[in-house]
Amino acid sequence: MNARSRRVVEFIIERALFLCASGTILVTAGIILVLLWETLGFLREVPITEFLFGTVWTPLFYDKHFGVLPLVTGTLLASAIAMAVAIPSGLIIAIYLNEYAAEPVRRTVRPVLEVLAGIPTVVYGYFALLFVTPLLQAIVPGLAGFNALSPGIVMGIMILPLVSSLSEDAMRAVPNGLREGAYALGGTRMQTSLRVVVPAAFSGISAAVILAMSRAIGETMIVLIAAGQQPRLTLDPRVPIETMTAYIVQVSLGDTPAGTLEYRTIFAVGMLLFICTFALNLISNWLRERFREEYA
Amino acid sequence: MSSTPRLRTQALLFAGLIVGLSACGDSKDTGEAGASSRVITADGSSTVFPVTEAVAEEFQKANAGTRVTVGSSGTGGGFQKFCRDETDISNASRPIKATELEACTKAGIDFIELPVAYDGIAIVVHPKNTWVVSMTVAELKKLWEPAAQGQVKRWNQIRPEWPNEEIRLFGAGTDSGTFDYFTEAIMGKEAQSRGDYTSSEDDNVIVQGVSGDQYALGYFGYSYYEQNKDKLKLVPLDDGDDSNGAGPIAPSPETVAGGTYRPLSRPIFVYAKVKALQRPEVLQFVEFYLTQGVPLVREVGYIPMTEREQSMVRDRFNARKTGTMYTGTDSHSQTTLEQRLTK
Repeated sequence: MNARSRRVVEFIIERALFLCASGTILVTAGIILVLLWETLGFLREVPITEFLFGTVWTPLFYDKHFGVLPLVTGTLLASAIAMAVAIPSGLIIAIYLNEYAAEPVRRTVRPVLEVLAGIPTVVYGYFALLFVTPLLQAIVPGLAGFNALSPGIVMGIMILPLVSSLSEDAMRAVPNGLREGAYALGGTRMQTSLRVVVPAAFSGISAAVILAMSRAIGETMIVLIAAGQQPRLTLDPRVPIETMTAYIVQVSLGDTPAGTLEYRTIFAVGMLLFICTFALNLISNWLRERFREEYA
Repeated sequence: MSSTPRLRTQALLFAGLIVGLSACGDSKDTGEAGASSRVITADGSSTVFPVTEAVAEEFQKANAGTRVTVGSSGTGGGFQKFCRDETDISNASRPIKATELEACTKAGIDFIELPVAYDGIAIVVHPKNTWVVSMTVAELKKLWEPAAQGQVKRWNQIRPEWPNEEIRLFGAGTDSGTFDYFTEAIMGKEAQSRGDYTSSEDDNVIVQGVSGDQYALGYFGYSYYEQNKDKLKLVPLDDGDDSNGAGPIAPSPETVAGGTYRPLSRPIFVYAKVKALQRPEVLQFVEFYLTQGVPLVREVGYIPMTEREQSMVRDRFNARKTGTMYTGTDSHSQTTLEQRLTK
């Protein structure tokens, strides 16, 4: 192959790679444009204050109200329960695996944990509905067949490996010199883990937590199956709720006429969801930059 | 039903287009020009759709070379096409309206009205619900009407002696035929309903919700109750009219077909165009529907008519008796189907 043909091949390859990269950006831009366009169409008919601060969501019914708050609280409630499960247990697992467990234990447990993330969410959904809910009904008085508690807990189990693995990576990156210093000062393992390693890995851990939160907010299948489909403004985890994602699915599956206001609601809700997860990802990036500890 | 394009309709059209295109390809390859002319077109109610679709499948198995296309653009949309001479058969979950009848008459379309099955809606509560023994239609209306939204939330608001507990409601989603039918029968006007309840197009979700909650109440197609008898308690309904059976009446194949479970039971129909019956395949299809349809009706979850009614419908068809049995405006009036067929 002479130099000239090599240059041509190089040129073609570079352009092809550029096209691939720009393709993903174009798709993202396209999605955002469609979301924006339909959302603007929705906001032309429904004032944004009613959408964001209204407390009743019944766009498909006779007495129409377009207050998205019940869907937002439903989403936040289920996600908060998931985080309440995933953060403590994920952190404890990460600390144990990194600071206490012997290397062979770590090498077996971590991949097994990560299998949790590979289970299809529809399986988690039915697990919540048909196993966890009946179990909880024996303990929690007044727990309805559809509720926020059971899918919340199961969602917490699903995102657990995300928290534990990413936090563990962050802790692993803490140089051994810091640990040795702590031990040299007479610190116990517990003191070393909690007062030296965890603070040193704080930026990575918080980024992990926020990524997990954004995953929980966007999760659809589990809440669709096990949380019910009733938009209601409540913080009671025992009653049926509806999340933003579940609402979008419900309308998409039906035969709501395209181009109507009812149809546009799913884009408005989708836009709000997108803004939430996008903001969380930005915060996660910012935390990682802001609190990065440099050990060189 | 509105005339705006619906997602499902578009999907069906698209699927139809593909089937149509591939069929064209086939006939070119094999040189069978005759096959494409043997097409029976049906459209109309999405409630009747499963029955006609099931019959069409069986019919096509038995008669290779004949195609039956079944649409589901709603009872109203179906009649529009039917009276424009675009379809051979129209599915309807209610009798033809006076305006539709006029359109058909103007276009010179004669039809035979054929009841094919009964459809019923069951009101259910949790088996541990000890207080609800029956409900009246007025109570159901008070509970489900749009004015109840955010207002009627507790059992004792329906009857003071019932518990002061939150009532959790489960019902059909707005895209469901059950929703149209329930709202029309109870509220008197289609699509009028409160919106703060767990709504789903999937009746299994409602079964799951009510069977898991002692303070729940729900409604759905009767056939789903039959399949989940052990998990649910049926609520007998009192329509306050003793002429069609006194006191509260629970739905069962007998009361639904007998017309005493009112107002949540109704016959569903197929309208056959007389002119189309000159084509042997259409005639065969309708005869197949009326003779072999019963097990399919049961299979897709509806309640078959009584033997007597079935044979009366067959007689009506064989005599080519045209026009509608429902001259009045009210489809929920007190005359039973059998009385109408006798006329």
